[in-house]
Amino acid sequence: MTERLDGPVAPREGSDSRGDSPGPADTPHKKLRLGPSPAVALAFLLPAALLLGVWVVYPIVFSIFRSLFDAAGTGFVGLGNYVTIFTDGGMLTTIRNNLIWVVVAPIVITTLGLIFAVLTERIRWATAFKLIVFMPMAVSLMAAGVIFRLVYDEDPDKGVANAVLTTINDTFSSSQGYPEARAREGDQSPVAAQGGAVVTKQPVQTGRPVLIPIVGVKPAVMPADAQPAKTPQGGDELAGTVWFDFTPGGGGQSNAVDATEKGLPGMTVEAVGSDGQVAATATTADDGSFRFEGLAAGSYVVRLPQSNFEAAYNGLTWLGPTLITPAIIGAFVWVWAGFAMVLIAAGLAAIPRDALEAARIDGATEWQVFRKITVPLLSPVLLVVFVTMIINTLKVFDLVFIIAPSSVQPEANVVALEMWRVSFGGGNNQGLGSALAIFLLILVLPFMIMNIRRFRRENA
Amino acid sequence: MRSARAAAVLAGLAVAVAACGNAPTTTQPTTSSSAATGGGAKTLEGVKLEVAAKWTGDEQKNFEQVLKAFSEKTGAVVTYASTGEDTGAYLGPRIQGGSPPDVAILPQPGLVQQYAEQNALKPLTDAVTKQIDDNYTPYWKELGSADGKVYGVLVKAAHKSLVWYQAKAFEDAGVQPPATWDELVKASQTIADSGTPPFSFCGASGWTLTDLFENVYLSSAGPEKYDQLAKHEIPWTDPSVATALEKIAQIAGKKEFVADGNSGALQTDFPTCVTKVFGQKKAAMVIEADFVATPVVQAGAKVGEDAKYFPFPKAGDTAPVVLGGDVAVAMKDSPGAMALLEFLASKEGGEVWAKLPGYLSPNKNVSPDNYPDDLTKQLGKTIVEAGDAVRYDMSDLAPSAFGGTDGKGEWKVLQDFLRDPSDVKGAQEALEAEAKKAWK
Repeated sequence: MTERLDGPVAPREGSDSRGDSPGPADTPHKKLRLGPSPAVALAFLLPAALLLGVWVVYPIVFSIFRSLFDAAGTGFVGLGNYVTIFTDGGMLTTIRNNLIWVVVAPIVITTLGLIFAVLTERIRWATAFKLIVFMPMAVSLMAAGVIFRLVYDEDPDKGVANAVLTTINDTFSSSQGYPEARAREGDQSPVAAQGGAVVTKQPVQTGRPVLIPIVGVKPAVMPADAQPAKTPQGGDELAGTVWFDFTPGGGGQSNAVDATEKGLPGMTVEAVGSDGQVAATATTADDGSFRFEGLAAGSYVVRLPQSNFEAAYNGLTWLGPTLITPAIIGAFVWVWAGFAMVLIAAGLAAIPRDALEAARIDGATEWQVFRKITVPLLSPVLLVVFVTMIINTLKVFDLVFIIAPSSVQPEANVVALEMWRVSFGGGNNQGLGSALAIFLLILVLPFMIMNIRRFRRENA
Repeated sequence: MRSARAAAVLAGLAVAVAACGNAPTTTQPTTSSSAATGGGAKTLEGVKLEVAAKWTGDEQKNFEQVLKAFSEKTGAVVTYASTGEDTGAYLGPRIQGGSPPDVAILPQPGLVQQYAEQNALKPLTDAVTKQIDDNYTPYWKELGSADGKVYGVLVKAAHKSLVWYQAKAFEDAGVQPPATWDELVKASQTIADSGTPPFSFCGASGWTLTDLFENVYLSSAGPEKYDQLAKHEIPWTDPSVATALEKIAQIAGKKEFVADGNSGALQTDFPTCVTKVFGQKKAAMVIEADFVATPVVQAGAKVGEDAKYFPFPKAGDTAPVVLGGDVAVAMKDSPGAMALLEFLASKEGGEVWAKLPGYLSPNKNVSPDNYPDDLTKQLGKTIVEAGDAVRYDMSDLAPSAFGGTDGKGEWKVLQDFLRDPSDVKGAQEALEAEAKKAWK
């Protein structure tokens, strides 16, 4: 930023002694001084210089100075705060996250912007499309954060992201069983859990009723037509009952069918023979009873396969420690993709059409035209977008602060947020905070210089 | 300001992002311009005061009524500013900038020491100290002191040794409120068998987890060890900490015990976890303090009928009583500030406040009869009667980097522990590492 200040000032000082060729006052390279005397120039420059000094130069200098002191601001620690940045585990996560951001976000945004820009050239209603993609720019990052906090909500009834995932999932497979129900535990129980399925502990014989007590059935999944459980009597076939072994209001015996306990209809029951093969399959009736018709006498293990207990798919934990950074980058892309698209579209409009047409006439495919003509001609614009995005990602704060729940904020942390957190968010260590601010400045500086250089070159 | 607007948006969408309410939501001055009754001389006519506290919503409204009573008595104009969840983050820059509020109400006694060291607090005048001596047991006076000087008045207490439960879920499962930890675990199993997850944890709000730990620790390790751990005189790798964490793992480690699973619980903040129990009826119990009553009512449940509580079960020899509380301090040397503190510490001020819901007074001369409902009356009695056996919330006594910062220190480690309750040893080592950093 200071460079821009220096730029216009330096040539002016040298310009008053010469003055051979007349030219517009705003081209500093011309030798003739048409403008006012240095004193007047200085007077005009003073307000800007003063403001920049107060708002930019002084804070930076003070931050550098402050970063060499401890939390209280009294003890000189030298470069101690900078050492902390690169040794503390939490800070290293922060730096790692920033790296992910800087690598992923600008590439994704520039690519998406390019794709949108190229495609909107070809479609009708391009303006409407552009307007919609550009719309998020009108929303402040803070508000965008609030929106995405809701989008990523784990509960599919609230969060759009998981609502979409569960809807897609439910189209292909639907859970109709008893999610989260499980076998009654304990030594007395005749059944046990085995890799998601429920099996009888002992092989059972035909002719004796098999009891399969199940607990933890949520009231919401209990079918309305469930009847009080009954144990099938008589017959030499393999038969039994699957029931909800819980008497509402307490009382009732565990592992025994009590009067008010209900059967679990619609359960798939398998009889597994001694060879490990499924010999027969049955489905429980409304009172929870099942019967394997025509099964050869012998001993079997009765199994309720896992499909009975599969929990409904509830989407992803977007706001958990694993997905949090990609999730926030998604929100960031949503905000900035439109901006990239508009800039690139403007660049695209300025490309000489004859070059494209010449290529097409020479027999280039559309991909080749895009690859060899459009992209190279667009590269200056792409670079501007890319560098601007790098600077923006390095400074990202609001989205991370709002979207990440505090339990995962350390995993989602970035340098700018950490700077605020250690300085004001409870840490109260403004020494370390200043060090982080300077670290961030140093990270941003090369890209700033790059951008300024480009501007100069373009103006020259 | 952008953040101010965001705070409003946040409140509107009820996405309670902790520590984000730093924007000063200054309210209209509770002026005394109303036809003031009361014969007392209005000694502070025309004096303007600013009070900053973290309360919002109903708590704020109730406190403003207390301020109004003060205004009517003295004639001073008092403005309330909300500090948001993170009081330190709000006050820090204001202290640095040289324009602190006249009176600040700090959520942690640890902050009293911290600000006293920075010379940001004004020692209380004799008149205020006299009120404290008259109305408080020495334990409370101690909490508001630093270096032998009294700086703060404990104006509001919170009873943190409660377990709230949904009466219907207990009835359906046929269980009674448990008195010991083993009974609690057993009752939880029965409730889980009945098809309702027994616990709703507020994992996103780290302080609820420290409260849970403190109750279990005070109960299983006893008050002496509690004091030692609070001052970091024994390390967090002590076996007594392992015992407490293992006990927590008994209720947090079974997936059918935790509503929405452990990762879901970590994204549930307070008071959403309360809504899960009493609004959505997705769980049976929530372990938190007396102030759960406010979100219970908001969830549409009736305290005492749908929503009941039992004392935190004994996990060892001691029946735990852990308290939290807010300490009022003066940050400017103005007569108005001292007068307000005197009013808040007095029997008179305490009784005005006690008549409003959601308030417990540590003031021994405020009779429990003032409380609007029976439950609060009982709680008020237990606090006053418990006397020396009471312990203050350990995390609030710790340096705030350890015990009071989102995503850092104890909060963060206990959140990680809730994510994976099997790793007791890892949690202990992480706690000790964080404690070493904070206490150096």
